[in-house]
Amino acid sequence: MSILLSNISKKFGKFSALNQINLEIPEGELVALLGPSGCGKTTLLRIIAGLEQADEGRVLLSGEDKTEQHVSHRGIGFVFQHYALFRHMTVFDNIAFGLRVKPKKQRPSETEIAKKVHALLELVQLDWLHDRFPDQLSGGQRQRIALARALAVEPSVLLLDEPFGALDASVRKDLRQWLRSLHHELNVTSIFVTHDQEEAMEVASQVVVLNHGRIEQQGAPSDIYDHPANAFVSKFIGQTNIFALAHHDTQWLQTTGLEIADNQQEQIAHVRPHDIDIQKALSDDSAQAILKDWQHLGALIRIELVKNLPDHSEATVYAEMPNEQFKQLQLNKGDKVSLRIRNAHWFH
Amino acid sequence: MNAITNIPPTKAPSLQQALHDPVWIRGLLTVVAVGFIMLFLCLPLAIVMFEAFAKGWDAYGEALVQPDAQAAIRLTLLTALATVPLNTVFGVSAAWAITRFEFVGKSLLTTLIDLPFSVSPVISGLIFVLMFGAQGWFGAWLSAHDIKIIFAVPGIMLATLFITFPFVARELIPLMQEMGSEEEEAALSLGASGWQMFWQITLPNIKWALLYGVLLCNARAMGEFGAVSVVSGHIRGMTNTLPLHVEVSYNEYDFVGAFASASILAGLAIVTLILKSALEWQQGKH
Repeated sequence: MSILLSNISKKFGKFSALNQINLEIPEGELVALLGPSGCGKTTLLRIIAGLEQADEGRVLLSGEDKTEQHVSHRGIGFVFQHYALFRHMTVFDNIAFGLRVKPKKQRPSETEIAKKVHALLELVQLDWLHDRFPDQLSGGQRQRIALARALAVEPSVLLLDEPFGALDASVRKDLRQWLRSLHHELNVTSIFVTHDQEEAMEVASQVVVLNHGRIEQQGAPSDIYDHPANAFVSKFIGQTNIFALAHHDTQWLQTTGLEIADNQQEQIAHVRPHDIDIQKALSDDSAQAILKDWQHLGALIRIELVKNLPDHSEATVYAEMPNEQFKQLQLNKGDKVSLRIRNAHWFH
Repeated sequence: MNAITNIPPTKAPSLQQALHDPVWIRGLLTVVAVGFIMLFLCLPLAIVMFEAFAKGWDAYGEALVQPDAQAAIRLTLLTALATVPLNTVFGVSAAWAITRFEFVGKSLLTTLIDLPFSVSPVISGLIFVLMFGAQGWFGAWLSAHDIKIIFAVPGIMLATLFITFPFVARELIPLMQEMGSEEEEAALSLGASGWQMFWQITLPNIKWALLYGVLLCNARAMGEFGAVSVVSGHIRGMTNTLPLHVEVSYNEYDFVGAFASASILAGLAIVTLILKSALEWQQGKH
């Protein structure tokens, strides 16, 4: 089911949580609402669900205006950050709940319900837990049961609020992959909220970046990473080095191989760490810096460089390169290195 | 190889001393606590029972079957039967409104719920006399329509209703605040109606606290003296509840009658106490 939001605004007292949000999500996508805390992403998700009412604007699901419709009739599945499993019911009864509260005419028989619940439990690979209570489960198990419960009513849209927020790192990594493949299997339009850009890039087919109640950019993860629409998105998605030409030595940047047009004098350059190449310094005219330290990030090495500014203060520049490549350079702490910048994004 | 076994065992008492108070402090505190309970709780209770049975079982039985005592018991039960369900409904609604909605005057409502606790019961009774009494605001209108509230059963019910309305709400509000509304929202998102959500999700989660509140509400409804005394008029066999009957009998030097009635109220208190601990135990388990 496609989702269309037009001109959604929401205020809490004087605080404007959402400001004229326009968003279109085609059917079958797995979308991440990404932003720092307090940017309005959860509020937006709750407005789509009907758990919150927008002050202005319309919510259209499959072209149908659902703005005034009660949450129980919207046909959405909602997965809460802290799972919200019914603590007095077993796992089985939790998942069966959505089927048992259907009006008599649409309600399946108990045997059909049992069949469906077990099928869902198999889908989330937890059939052996059917008679446990929620407080006997681990965080990751609870999350998967919450997902199975939401899927039981065959929602046309699946909404997940920080689905991995309360889990520890290794479980989170597994569940991300699992959610991605589950979405591939079910192909139900899904939106999840996250403040973790890595998670958004890894799981989603579309990323919507929010800040201060506005949409900053929407697009495929690679689009957003390679072509950030503005300085906020560039800073929020991945690491970036920021060079303000007004403060930095323009000449220094030019010697790194970066082309600077005259009209860019007042702009700010954002450079990804992996767009910086380093070499042992040979000649004096190339852009130089001192190698201060480095950290292992698995396959990559993050290199910390210190560069002297004209006013004799220091600035830190981060570069990244594969392990092997760094080893071949045979650099030591304190070595002089020369930099080459391959690419930069320019913002005002 | 044997080096480990040769090390002398370290002495445990040093840790004991660090973590525990000296024996004499523990002993003193225990004696003070137990002595206090004996003196102010067990002794009076024993005296009530002793006086009630001072002239034997027959006198005890007779004191309770006499018409005035019977009427008092009936009125007390009737009052509890009328006010407890009303205050249960009110308490759940108030707790729901306060914990689930944002509205203007919410903190005022929260304060007002506590009002009966902070106002002297006699004043609470007096409010109703001033409103519905012969000289009160609505007195002329009421007597013109031949409706009796003060010095009649409706007045006793109103006063009891007022005195006992905080009990259920005060038990539920902290619990429902702590639980949050996520489970309820989950139920709604799964297609449940408001009623289904309340009966299947909210009520099972609050049932022990609710029962606890109802129990306390009932104990107070049956035992209330001050407010009821002001509005009742002490008409024997008509508007005397059990606590009032105790006072009237005592003032008339009918000690067995007074203490026999008092023993019923004391018995109620003990049953309440046992149920209360059972409920607390249940709550702790869940």
